Amino acid sequence: MISPQVIAEDIGTVADFPVATYRQDFPILGQTVRGNPLVYLDNAATAQKPHQVIEALDEYYRTYNSNIHRGVHTLSEVATDAYENARRKIQHFINAETLKEIIFVRGTTEAINLVAQSYGRSKLRAGDEIIVSVMEHHSNIVPWQLLCEQTGAVLKVIPINDAGELVMDEYKNLLGDKTRIVAISHISNALGTINPIAEITALAHEVNAVVIIDGAQAAPHTRLDVAALDCDFYAFSGHKLFGPTGIGVLYGKQALLEDMPPYHGGGDMIKMVTFEKTLYNDLPYKFEAGTPYIAGVIGLGAAVDYLTDVGVDSIRDYEHELLQYATRAASTVPGLRLIGTAAEKASILSFVVDGIHPHDLGTILDHDGIAIRTGHHCAMPVMERYGIPATARASFAFYNTTEEVDKLIAGIDKAINIFK
Amino acid sequence: MFDLKDLYQEVIVDHNRSPRNFGELDPPRKALEGFNPLCGDRLTLYLNLDGEQISDIKFSGSGCAISIASASLMTDGVKGKSLQEAETVFADFHELLTGADAEIDLTRMGKLAVLAGVRDYPSRVKCATLCWHTLHALMTGYDAPVSTE
Repeated sequence: MISPQVIAEDIGTVADFPVATYRQDFPILGQTVRGNPLVYLDNAATAQKPHQVIEALDEYYRTYNSNIHRGVHTLSEVATDAYENARRKIQHFINAETLKEIIFVRGTTEAINLVAQSYGRSKLRAGDEIIVSVMEHHSNIVPWQLLCEQTGAVLKVIPINDAGELVMDEYKNLLGDKTRIVAISHISNALGTINPIAEITALAHEVNAVVIIDGAQAAPHTRLDVAALDCDFYAFSGHKLFGPTGIGVLYGKQALLEDMPPYHGGGDMIKMVTFEKTLYNDLPYKFEAGTPYIAGVIGLGAAVDYLTDVGVDSIRDYEHELLQYATRAASTVPGLRLIGTAAEKASILSFVVDGIHPHDLGTILDHDGIAIRTGHHCAMPVMERYGIPATARASFAFYNTTEEVDKLIAGIDKAINIFK
Repeated sequence: MFDLKDLYQEVIVDHNRSPRNFGELDPPRKALEGFNPLCGDRLTLYLNLDGEQISDIKFSGSGCAISIASASLMTDGVKGKSLQEAETVFADFHELLTGADAEIDLTRMGKLAVLAGVRDYPSRVKCATLCWHTLHALMTGYDAPVSTE
């Protein structure tokens, strides 16, 4: 067992981040689970919601619930303003050039499917190539496999090294005249690896391929800057960003989006409908058919405001130190092996322990109120790469503490004792 | 309050560490793979019959302690029983873990009773029943892999 005090002294600056104050913003963190204070370490699956977000949803439904973009009455105007104002917040949050580039979807998965079916299906032909990597979530693999089936395109896969980093030389070898799409996660959900997106994008652009980034894990941990990354599409989910489930964002460069056919047909995405000809609406509405998740968009706007107030750079720095603390603590546990040890890593700790299946570990930790994820994390090719069926994964948010890391380690010790 | 020791009893830890009837029958009369796609647990059952009687049964695969111990206990429990008797034990076992108000005579369950604690952990019931679902499918003539989903 490690001595928490000794390590705490080495992490002097963690104390500078007012984590106790921020925890007060999250009502769920105050509860007990199975008689113990909740230790929520499953943030990569979904993050908890601050009261600012919960209240934004509540206020919409209580005081101005109404449909958008079509009513002339007051409530509809208030709702439309709130909805479009949230789009503006997100545009600034990710540094997009115009509002037209911000499309609301259900989540990262829908965003990737939209690009695959709208851009991919209209542009790709048999023999064209799509590049993904071994570390992708199933949601950044299966949409491309579907597209390959539909078009005859071929999927190519960038390997990773033992640390869980992309082998960039292999990536360069895969790029060629036939490469049309490169689809890569910004941060791996199973390994925590932060990928060099700007470099990946620049290389893809040399062969005129478009780049779509799965930002589901990156959005809560890093400063998003699509202009600096120069990626063509960027997808992320609201619920991992402390916002509601069921809402997400697809960013796309305007010129590409203009040129793409609609994904869904319906109301709001048209200018005029006759049986002879239908005129599609302008961006971004062309891709927002039907009544959207209005409350979700407004809630996501509130989440972005909240994160901006806390400061995304402060969050990144705090989480970095928390990860270092957790990594050092985990390395003292006998028989524990980290899966994913990239030099550039976000606050995800994936691991296996000798003689203990991750599911048993998950149940034993839950008994102490500690929530982690166990399993293949929707990244079965990653598990295959490491020759393991599953891992245990603790994923940290800025409201987690070193004390919670200590509880995790104590819980793992307890599991080791049960199985020894 | 559920006690962790009710779930991870000595017998379960022991059967996980040293599973009984672990390996393959060569050649088996029947064999079938069962898997739990949610967690990746995967096991294969091998069965030999003498008429209607289970003359030998083995399993291989990987999974959590609950699934390995359950398969180990199941193979121990049904070996030598008739197919009909094995089905009755399965029905009792399933009721024990999933029944709303199970009034199962634990003494009738034999060693399988040590898995009773699993009923307090609904997400883990599938771990304990994977081997049984596979056996049931094998006995009723299915030949496609069994999934708990």
